Amino acid sequence: MSTTLFLVQILNGLQLGVLLFLIAAGLTLVFGVMDFINLAHGVQYMLGAYLAVAFYGLVGNFFFALVLALAASLLFGLLLEFLVFRHLYDRDHLDQVIATFGIILFLNHAVRVVWGAAPLTLPVPEFFTGSIVLMSGLLYPVWRLVIIASGLAIAAGLYVLVTYTRIGMLVRAGATNARMVSALGVNIERLFMIVFGFGTMLAGFAGIMIAPIISVEPGMGDNILILAFVVIVIGGIGSIRGAFIAALLIGLVDTLGRSFSVDILRLMMGPSPARMAGPAIASMLIYVLMAVVLYVRPAGLFPARGR
Amino acid sequence: MLERVSSDPVLRLEGLRKNFGSLTVTDDVTLDVMPGEMHAIIGPNGAGKTTLINQISGIIRPDGGRIVFAGNDVTTLSPDARALGGLARSFQITSILPGFSVLENVALAVQARDGSSFRFFGRAADEKALNAAAMTALEQAGIAERAHARAGELSHGEKRALELAIALAMKPVLLLLDEPMAGIGREETERQVELLLRLKSQLTMVLVEHDMAAVFALADRISVLIRGRLLITGNPADVRADPQVVAAYLGEQLE
Amino acid sequence: MSGITFAAPKAKHAVAVRRDIVLPALIFAIFALLPAVAALTARQYLIDVGARMMVFAVAAVALDLLVGYAGLISFGHAAFIGLGAYAVGILSAHGIGEGLIALPAAILVSMLFAWLTGIVCLRTRGAYFIMITLAFGQMVYFIATSLAPYGGDNGLTIAARSTIAGWPLIKSDRAFYYFTLLCLLATYLFCRALVGSRFGRVLRGGKENAVRMATIGFNVRRFQLVAYIIAGGLGGFSGFLLANLTEFVAPAYMSWQQSGELIVMVILGGVGTLDGGLLGSAAYLIAEEWLSGITENWKVIFGPILVLVVLFARGGLIGLGAFLRRRFA
Repeated sequence: MSTTLFLVQILNGLQLGVLLFLIAAGLTLVFGVMDFINLAHGVQYMLGAYLAVAFYGLVGNFFFALVLALAASLLFGLLLEFLVFRHLYDRDHLDQVIATFGIILFLNHAVRVVWGAAPLTLPVPEFFTGSIVLMSGLLYPVWRLVIIASGLAIAAGLYVLVTYTRIGMLVRAGATNARMVSALGVNIERLFMIVFGFGTMLAGFAGIMIAPIISVEPGMGDNILILAFVVIVIGGIGSIRGAFIAALLIGLVDTLGRSFSVDILRLMMGPSPARMAGPAIASMLIYVLMAVVLYVRPAGLFPARGR
Repeated sequence: MLERVSSDPVLRLEGLRKNFGSLTVTDDVTLDVMPGEMHAIIGPNGAGKTTLINQISGIIRPDGGRIVFAGNDVTTLSPDARALGGLARSFQITSILPGFSVLENVALAVQARDGSSFRFFGRAADEKALNAAAMTALEQAGIAERAHARAGELSHGEKRALELAIALAMKPVLLLLDEPMAGIGREETERQVELLLRLKSQLTMVLVEHDMAAVFALADRISVLIRGRLLITGNPADVRADPQVVAAYLGEQLE
Repeated sequence: MSGITFAAPKAKHAVAVRRDIVLPALIFAIFALLPAVAALTARQYLIDVGARMMVFAVAAVALDLLVGYAGLISFGHAAFIGLGAYAVGILSAHGIGEGLIALPAAILVSMLFAWLTGIVCLRTRGAYFIMITLAFGQMVYFIATSLAPYGGDNGLTIAARSTIAGWPLIKSDRAFYYFTLLCLLATYLFCRALVGSRFGRVLRGGKENAVRMATIGFNVRRFQLVAYIIAGGLGGFSGFLLANLTEFVAPAYMSWQQSGELIVMVILGGVGTLDGGLLGSAAYLIAEEWLSGITENWKVIFGPILVLVVLFARGGLIGLGAFLRRRFA
């Protein structure tokens, strides 16, 4: 196990973490402010990727494609909100889960109908192709660094927005006690649409940014959605700060766990059982982490609502 | 019939404290409730009366101090354990099981202290012993004729009576009543006061109430809570005359 | 219908203990007669489809117990089916094909998993519960995919159906069908009894008003944990049946999509009715058969149908039946 490999995996873990944060941020706010479980958030991410591929095919330039895809993502999200979600705010969680599950089924197969089931790709924008040397012996893809950087920038921007602006204060208040905020005369419906739209764009943005380095295919949002759920459960529903810390934690634990589980186990048992047990234990790691955190703190690390 | 011989309080609060953030809601409250007494807790809105009741019944954990119930320190005990120990309460905002029948609402309270509920066979709704005990409580509370109605369809006053029936069915050592007269009319209130007067000889009760006529008709002792702090505990005449209490209520009618 | 109201409590699914036996009797009669119909119309595949419906009905009825009666929305129920199925598969891979060993193993493993995860899940509030059950289900799925000696991603073929005390009693499709019917009947009757029992009453009360139940003297969480373990065990039972039905086990049996489909079955039939679990699994599999005949991407049609059901037909098929009866009776 070399140091370079270790550092590369740390960077990979950060990249996954940043991606998870972009998806979890919208999810946790929507949940915190409106008590709305949105399983369809994952397909928002997938849709971002597909739209990026589609627009790239039209305009041939990544950045134009990004802007167009973001706009289309937002429009689509708002359309979903108008058609379906706003009728579910008053319903119990079971109804919300089933309805948004129905949307996942619909969209996962709709993209299949429109674009086919074969995975699609998007080229990395020219300026950011290739790898750079971070230190001696450590080569890392530029685009992945761009993802990390943009994710951190957005996290910082969100922090400023939520902490120092009026709208941010309303969002934080809404996550703590939406009823009170509404009673104080704030148009909670509009507040929610803003929160929702923002979350949708974040998820779409994540999908667009990841499209150049993974295969864009139906169902790509499903597994990452569940990881995002683990993030917000550990971080605390309604908390951006919690989502950020939990996302990085999970990104690192999952990535490092998968890379080094066999090696670590080999220290404790023979190479053969280690090779067998390694992947299994690696896949369990973040869930065990979740279980431990929840056992000690049932409301997550930084819950928005007072304990 | 409870004898007022025992000098051990049924309930003792020692230095109870509770903060919500930087707001102190319960500020070093110490009081006793003696066996057989009807102890009223009054105070202006926002004094922290319901929070106090919630701490006594175990729904909220205090930040400091002790709660001693029937000789046992229950400060960290769960609400269900306290209930099984004989602590019953009614809620300010009616809290019943609306989908169940009135009878089943009360029968459940009987069931809780009638052997194991980990029975997977046999229709609970048909258990004669539970239903009989439940009917007795319903009769005491005056709504026996509504036994088979769906609890959610009861009038507000009937729901309050149901709350009381549920509490009575628990054969409690201490009954906490959180604003039982809230939102019910004059006639209803008079009936409730009569009922509580009849129960006085059988139960120890803590009554949180705004309706001063009811308080002075029922209470043996009154504690006054202002902004989370206990101002005075004493018999009704003394409390009514106390200048601090009068000032705190800012001219509200205490007659 | 925009406008968010905070004053009204969220519209919840109501539950009542029904004593109606006509509907379940009818359903079981249809299942009992299906093999005869299959023979008469020379459509042998009906036996396979019918058996599949019943296998999933076992899981769906158990899930309705959790969702409809205990108010616990478990989005990881497929994990128990998978665990039960893999118990059969793994034992078979090591040469043990005896049902009297595999069935208890399947149920015990599921109950153990339910107990360990239930302890964590039930420490949290309702909404977290859904996500955590989803996560634990995913965990089991990933463990299964990483079990290389047992097929990993591709799954594992089982040599033969379980023997009962050494005899190949359920080897034939017909025999297995009737065996499954008996299992479903037993499950259904057990759950019916449970729901009306003292235990069931506490669960139902806990779903309506947990605070009230606590102040009466019930530790609702403890009852919910027991319910979760029972439902898990029944899920494992369903998994045993599934493994025997297909003579194959795969991680897909415990995917979260499968968990979602189980909840859909419960909702389609009518949550909080138990009969809904029977109807729902049949309805879902029929819809799947019919719609996939129209297009390979049948979920494009089914997804919106689901949304419409949630918005306009919350009581599922049973609710629809009650509505029609009221309208035209």
